[in-house]
Amino acid sequence: MEQIIFYAFAAILLFAATMVITVRNPVRAALFLILAFFTSSGIWLLLEAEFLAMTLVLVYVGAVMVLFLFVVMMLDIDLTPLQEGFTRYLPLGIIVAALITIEMIAVLGASHFGLDIVSAPLPHPEGYSNTKEIGLLLYTVYVYPFEIASVILTVAIIAAITLTLREKKSKSQNVSEQVKVRAEDRLRIVKMDAVKKQDNGQEAHS
Amino acid sequence: MIALSDFLILGALLFSLSVAGIFINRKNIIILLMCIELMLLAVNLNFVAFSHYAGDIAGQVFVFFILTVAAAEAAIGLAILVVLFRNMHTINVAELDNLKG
Repeated sequence: MEQIIFYAFAAILLFAATMVITVRNPVRAALFLILAFFTSSGIWLLLEAEFLAMTLVLVYVGAVMVLFLFVVMMLDIDLTPLQEGFTRYLPLGIIVAALITIEMIAVLGASHFGLDIVSAPLPHPEGYSNTKEIGLLLYTVYVYPFEIASVILTVAIIAAITLTLREKKSKSQNVSEQVKVRAEDRLRIVKMDAVKKQDNGQEAHS
Repeated sequence: MIALSDFLILGALLFSLSVAGIFINRKNIIILLMCIELMLLAVNLNFVAFSHYAGDIAGQVFVFFILTVAAAEAAIGLAILVVLFRNMHTINVAELDNLKG
């Protein structure tokens, strides 16, 4: 049963990833990416990482992908030049991907990490909480990395806001400034000595 | 039972799919960012699988940190993308050659 679920989820995940990289419309790519994240959260549940599976759905599907969809729909993109070179680079991409796959399967395949070498772990005792275990480790051993992660998130917030913040253009009337204006703000009195006009017969063009 | 190698091969396939995506979608920055997210997902899958089979919860803590950094990266990347589109009116990588590199 577990195997059927795993293979079904793996097939859906690979299908969704293939669609992400091949569909023409970025909105559809984002929606298939949501499917990929959701499916892999199911696979993480099979691996008994319940907290991370829920975090993946909340953070990625709930926040990051909504941000992606927001940006994709906000930008008015002409899609035709973005598809150039799709078929030209397709053989190269397939070759590189196949090479990477073959290399990784040679290293990570069943001969090194099969069930007879790395046996399946024992089931956890009753009352075991994945979230509690992660919390115990996160707030003791990894407390400094945790603080750094919070600093990284703060930096991300500030950077995103300052990048996209637009200064208001001063085309509009500001009534209080207009009322407060004084004569010396608008009128500049220049004092200069009187100069005697030189007349040497030419037109004073230059 | 599912072997550890099954999860690792699934991660490898996902990773190479996203590498192929970077190759064939090299004009569109949005799809490139999505491919990077897929790559991080593949790496996280390996972390979680090793954490489960080794019985060590520290791998899941690392996935937590990777999720944090990936979220920050996506936010800043999309902000840069919005500013880029506002100034250049394109997200085509081939036209973004202002630095003459």
